[in-house]
Amino acid sequence: MRRVVVTGLGLVTPLGANVETAWANIIAGKSGAGTITRFDTTGQKCTIACEVKPKDHEYGFDPDKRVDHKIQRQVDPFIIYGIDAAGQALEDAGLTEMDEATKLRAGVSIGSGIGGLPGIEIESINLHERGPGRVSPHFVHGRLINLISGQVSIKYGLMGPNHAVVTACSTGAHSIGDAARMIKDDDADIMLAGGAESTVNPLGVAGFAQARALNMSMNDRPTEASRPYDKDRDGFVMGEGAGVVVLEEYEHAKARGAKIYAEVVGYGLSGDAYHVTAPHPEGKGAENAMRMALRKAGMEPSDIDYINAHGTSTMADTIELAAAKRVFGDDLSGASMSSTKSAIGHLLGGAGAVESIFCILALRDQIVPPTLNLHNPDEGTEGVDLVPLKAKKREVKAVLNNSFGFGGTNASLVMKAI
Amino acid sequence: MSETADRVKKIVVEHLGVEADKVTEDASFIDDLGADSLDIVELVMAFEEEFGVEIPDDAAEKITTVKDAITYIDENKG
Repeated sequence: MRRVVVTGLGLVTPLGANVETAWANIIAGKSGAGTITRFDTTGQKCTIACEVKPKDHEYGFDPDKRVDHKIQRQVDPFIIYGIDAAGQALEDAGLTEMDEATKLRAGVSIGSGIGGLPGIEIESINLHERGPGRVSPHFVHGRLINLISGQVSIKYGLMGPNHAVVTACSTGAHSIGDAARMIKDDDADIMLAGGAESTVNPLGVAGFAQARALNMSMNDRPTEASRPYDKDRDGFVMGEGAGVVVLEEYEHAKARGAKIYAEVVGYGLSGDAYHVTAPHPEGKGAENAMRMALRKAGMEPSDIDYINAHGTSTMADTIELAAAKRVFGDDLSGASMSSTKSAIGHLLGGAGAVESIFCILALRDQIVPPTLNLHNPDEGTEGVDLVPLKAKKREVKAVLNNSFGFGGTNASLVMKAI
Repeated sequence: MSETADRVKKIVVEHLGVEADKVTEDASFIDDLGADSLDIVELVMAFEEEFGVEIPDDAAEKITTVKDAITYIDENKG
C-alpha cells in the first residue's frame, strides 16, 4: 500500500508569515487579535479580528516575496496567501526545481471556504455605481476558490491533479485528506494541499455577525475574545491566512532523501444531517469523523497524544469535547486537547490546514500549544487537559486534528511520527 | 516625450508590473511586455479612465503597441 508523508510546510497567519515565526508565537502564548485595521468598522457589531499583519510589522506578511506584482493586483488576498504558503512548502521540501516527469506526478489541492468575498463586494459596488463596462476583466478568476490551485500549478509547472475543496471551515482538513487519498490511489506522487481564507472585509464581518457566530461582546478587549471552553466565550474571532503542506508518497520521499515530518495515517469524514450552522447537539457527526479517522489509521484512541480541536470559542466547543470523550474516554486517555483558534482566531477554510501544521510541529518539538484565555473552564471540561494558557512539553507520538463546517460537514485527520 | 506618452507608460508599468525602460513606444503589449488578452482589456479600461476617452472594442483590438495607444488617445481625447 502506498503511504503518504508530509515533507514541507508553509504558513501565513496573524502571528507570522512563515512556519517558525508563527509557531514560536503560538508556543509563547501570543494573540494575533486586534481592532480591525483593514476597513472602517463604523456600524459593525464586531470590530475585532486576527488580521495578517502588514509587511513592516514584526511578524508581518510581505506579498512581494513569492507573488508577482501583476497577480497581486488581479486577485483576492486569499489567493495571495495561498500562493505564498504553497511556495514556502515547496521550498521547505526542496521541490522548487522538479524535472518534467516529476511535475507530471505533482498536483495541487488548496481550497477555501468562501473565496474572494472582498473582491466580490468591491466589484458589486463598482458595477452598481459605474456600470458593467467598469468591472475588471480579472474579476472572475481573481475570486474563484480553485484559483490558488490554478495559480500554483502555473507558477511551478505542476501537471498532476488540480483540485480545490469547498467545505466551509472543514476545507483545510478535507483538502489534506483528499490529496492524501490521491497519492494513495496513485494519481500523484506529490500533492500541495491546504486551505486559505481572507474575509476580513465589511460584508464578511457583517455576514458572520448577523449569523450570531462572531464574538461581539469583547470589542474593547480583542486579545481576550477568543476563549474556547471558557464559560465567558460567546462567538469566534475571525482570522485569515493560509496553510499548505507538501504531501509525498513515502518511497518517493525516502528515495530523494527528503526530510519527513509525519505520516498521514487516518482520515475521517461525516455529515451531521442536522442544521446549516448549528452542530448536532450530541456531536454525532464529530464523533463519527474521529472514529473513522482512528479506524483508517488502525490505531486505538489511547495512541493519540494531542488533539487540535475545532474549538471555535462558541457553544459548540463543549459538544465537540463531549464527542471526543465518547471516543477517547472521559480523560481522553491522557491526550492533551487545545484550540489554537484562541491565538490566531478562526481561519475558516484555512483553519484545518494551519492547525494540522501545528499538530505536525507538536510532533516535531514534543510540545503542545496552549488554549489562551481559558480561565474558567465550562462544565463538562473536568478531567481533560485543555492546555490552559501555557504551552506544555510532553511526549507526542500521534495527533488528531478536527475541523467542522457550516452545512454540518466534519473532517478528522490522524498523523504520526515516522 | 509627450505628456500623453508619459501617462500611458506609467499606466503600463503599473498594470503589467514591468520595468519602465522596457516600455518603449515600439513595444508590443503581448510580444514584448508579457500581457495577455485580459491584461489588454484592463489597460484599455485604465486609458479610458485616465484620459476620459471612450475606446470601443473595434478600436481596442487595433491597439497592440504602446505607440498605438498614445496615437489613439491623442487623436480622440476631448
